[in-house]
Amino acid sequence: MTATLHKPPPARPGAAPTPLRRRRQALTGWAYATPTALFVLIFFAVPVLLVAQMSVSDWGLFAGNRGLNAPENFVDAVGQRLFWPAVWFTVKYTVITTVLLIVLALGLALLVQEATRWSAFLRTAILVPSALGLASASLLFYALYSPQSSPLGFLGVGSFLGTPDRALWSTVALIVWRFAGFYMLLLLVALQGISADVYEAAEMDGAGRWRTFVSVTLPLLRSALALCTILCVTGSLLAFDQFYILTKGGPDNSTVTIVQLIYNAAFAGANDLGLAAALSIIVLGALLILNAGQFRWLSGKES
Amino acid sequence: MRRMPYYVFTGSLALLFLFPLLWAGFASVSPQGGTAQTDGWGFANYGTLADYQAGIWQYLLNSVIVSGLTVLFTLSVSLLGGYAFARFRFPGKNALFLLTLAILMVPYATLLIPLYVLLNRIGLQNSLLGLALVLTMFQLPFATFMMRISFEAVPIELEEAALVDGCGSVRALLRVLLPAVRPGLITVGLFAFLAAWNDFITPLVLISDADKAPLPLAVANLRQQVMGIIDYGATEAGVVVLALPCILLFLALQRQYIRGFMSGALKG
Repeated sequence: MTATLHKPPPARPGAAPTPLRRRRQALTGWAYATPTALFVLIFFAVPVLLVAQMSVSDWGLFAGNRGLNAPENFVDAVGQRLFWPAVWFTVKYTVITTVLLIVLALGLALLVQEATRWSAFLRTAILVPSALGLASASLLFYALYSPQSSPLGFLGVGSFLGTPDRALWSTVALIVWRFAGFYMLLLLVALQGISADVYEAAEMDGAGRWRTFVSVTLPLLRSALALCTILCVTGSLLAFDQFYILTKGGPDNSTVTIVQLIYNAAFAGANDLGLAAALSIIVLGALLILNAGQFRWLSGKES
Repeated sequence: MRRMPYYVFTGSLALLFLFPLLWAGFASVSPQGGTAQTDGWGFANYGTLADYQAGIWQYLLNSVIVSGLTVLFTLSVSLLGGYAFARFRFPGKNALFLLTLAILMVPYATLLIPLYVLLNRIGLQNSLLGLALVLTMFQLPFATFMMRISFEAVPIELEEAALVDGCGSVRALLRVLLPAVRPGLITVGLFAFLAAWNDFITPLVLISDADKAPLPLAVANLRQQVMGIIDYGATEAGVVVLALPCILLFLALQRQYIRGFMSGALKG
């Protein structure tokens, strides 16, 4: 991927490197890139600056900007009753989801890697849920879990969302169902990139299946596993749809995530956009630090 | 016979993944207390859905408009942008490309708060057009990256020949390059459609008028219909209407889909 990114652009066909030609090329290039630049500027760069300004301003949903008030929004954000419980819950949910999803996806990838029609059917069956939107999947599980319509009564679970632990695990089950195929696919691509020679060499050295898996397959999957981890951690830390639809943050606010706090601060209750912006900046900062750390860990491992 | 346990195990696994989908389709037409379909099989739940507030046709139309516009904007912007990044040298090129990819680093929620204010200022609040523009922005990192590598994979000789024949860069792009990058466009279009069709939090924040809600939002709202009593039958019917186009598209374009996942592995 990086190879394509940094490949020098091929010389423009027929373009002798005269200054005039080069200027014309630059102008044409910019002309084609202008729509992209406008979109990025108006809908990305300006909002990023605006959210920074809002985070240090007294900014109501209806009242609008009422001037600077730094650092009040940040103090309020961290001081909220639900802030630390939400942080803790989001982290807990992220760890559980990431570990479960990646272990399961790896198992599934190993299971369906053969080039047979049966394996192709299995891959499709496991992948179909990832075609659904997260909101649609959440609505589906909402009906699936409800005592009135649930076909799962035979499991004897009773209420699927009644206690904090049940709500958490029921949501994890939904996410695993929805995303297992996606991560399986990423790992499958990496698995198929491992050449048969490597396995042959391991076999000649007398390595058993388990030993081959641990000392040959896993190390060669390292960058794919790291990519899955980064995607899964980032996605889970920003969880919203599934909890908004399935648990509404309940029972007793036990499943409120950080993004739900942002939404609630802005639109449900507080109507305080400044507070929501401050929370957003905190999330952005945490994510940037985390991703930088993960990238370093990734590149350190690869060298 | 030796592989019997394998087939039983993997077969049940496949069933486990398919079960919720099959159940939703089945439950939406089966008799159930507290829904419109109390005895016998039929489509009464879809009737409830059709009569819900503005009617399902309105919400479907909203979704089709938003998804259509998002696909159109994403395809045109990333086609031109990908061409620029792959074939031209211009000042600020790398900075712009990196800035486009940086959209991935910023959470949706962080951008939606200021976008709500911004769209209000430019008069696009509460509009399907504004929603489609924002959804297009979210698609740009993947789409631009995908189109750039698609253009880079096209041999330069192809374009040279067109230019020698006296085509300008616009005609070279439309006549010669467009067919060559079609697989990339299909992948980008498919992902833009699925993202726009399924997005929930963006319309939740940006659309306040219930009649302008796209389908996922409308089905989620429908649950709190009458005095807090939830009509699960209508919810199931709504899930079927939401999921069916996605599943059909997925089955029809599975190869494009997988290709997108592979090359677009950087997408969140």
